[in-house]
Amino acid sequence: MSHQVHNLELFRGLIKFKNITQKIWGVLILLSIVTLVEVALGIFKPKILLLYFLNMKILNWIFISLTIVKAYYITWDFMHMRDETKTLRRVVVWTFVFLVLYLIFILIQESGYIFDQGSDDYIKRDF
Amino acid sequence: MSSAVSVSSKETTWGGGNKPLRTSYGKAMMWFFLLSDGLSFSGFLAAYGFARFRFLDSWPKADEVFTHVPFLHGQELPMIYVAFMTFVLIMSSVTMVLAVDAGHQMKQSKVAFYMLLTILGGAVFVGSQAWEWGTFINGDYGAVKTKGGNILQFVDSHSHHRIALDDFAHKHHSDRIQHEETNGLWFYDEGALPIYSIEEVIEGMEASPNILIRTQILDETGEKTILSREESLNTLRANGKSIVTGANLIENEYGMPLFADFFFFITGFHGFHVFSGVVINIIIFFNVILGTYEKRGHYEMVEKVGLYWHFVDLVWVFVFTFFYLV
Repeated sequence: MSHQVHNLELFRGLIKFKNITQKIWGVLILLSIVTLVEVALGIFKPKILLLYFLNMKILNWIFISLTIVKAYYITWDFMHMRDETKTLRRVVVWTFVFLVLYLIFILIQESGYIFDQGSDDYIKRDF
Repeated sequence: MSSAVSVSSKETTWGGGNKPLRTSYGKAMMWFFLLSDGLSFSGFLAAYGFARFRFLDSWPKADEVFTHVPFLHGQELPMIYVAFMTFVLIMSSVTMVLAVDAGHQMKQSKVAFYMLLTILGGAVFVGSQAWEWGTFINGDYGAVKTKGGNILQFVDSHSHHRIALDDFAHKHHSDRIQHEETNGLWFYDEGALPIYSIEEVIEGMEASPNILIRTQILDETGEKTILSREESLNTLRANGKSIVTGANLIENEYGMPLFADFFFFITGFHGFHVFSGVVINIIIFFNVILGTYEKRGHYEMVEKVGLYWHFVDLVWVFVFTFFYLV
């Protein structure tokens, strides 16, 4: 398997690594920075980020976006998705993304509805 | 990967040895498994989101639940330990990629060394998770459950810090003994009796004027509601039913029992994956040492188990976000 070709670029060629080992450490540094930012935001919770945007705090939108960034680099570089064929990438990622988006939409929509029912005096939980 | 998908003649396409998507059978099946396993985890996390949006105005805050760090007893340090756990798992993912890479270069001892580090990282992570479960199950302050299943916590009227039941409840001698199957007509045993009865807590609360009750309902600023002294006493007398210490699948001193249920189920399912990963890694590690893959001529097995290991890391990234950050 020594003849396997690796794509050694990150950020569309902004950073180029000399060999695969260097790239792995580069990705580790990237993931660590993202995690540190998440932890720092989680501890200090800046007031300005506690405002709501689309029914959720901006801070939570940031957390979820950073998580997807981390998921991207784990899949693309640690799991070598970057070096697989385009078709394999799409078969795995699109199937997943489509099904999960649908699942989230259905469940969150429904729970919002039940939340409203619970606060409309039909169901009492305040005892 | 020399044989590209070719349609030039029937012999090369259907003659065997062809690799669809230029990936081996084993790796393709591993991706197939990971995709379905990922959908399972997504289902669990989406269900957690369902419960959370359903009880948006009374969901426990992770920052108040997971504040413990080993060897730093009594200090409230949210996020620190779980950040450490995340780092351990990412680090073990890195040693796994290094093992896969050493396998591509056919360096047997290097593969074995990195596999060993990966196993150690996984073991540290599983141990940390067990410790985290332990502190959550034991709880730290104790609370009172109402007739409606809500949680009342006790806080200091000035600092609004939580106060432990041990600090104010009056302990009486009680004649109430534990039901056992052997000495009565009861059909089943009951669990150990709680340390305090609800009457002892009410009495203790009446005797200490500095204690207020905090309910699980969140106000506009996202903080839990603190009742006035009068309301606190009335609520406790009217609705207080039993004592809750720590968390289990039925009750949870930090708030909604569903929070504990989802926490135990999802981190448990993930922890089981990590545990299986460690076991599989150990098997592969011994195969590497015995030279199985050296004889086979390639280390693709390390690559396949590596995919599984990174997937476990990937799932943790999401569990970390949805249980501890959001």
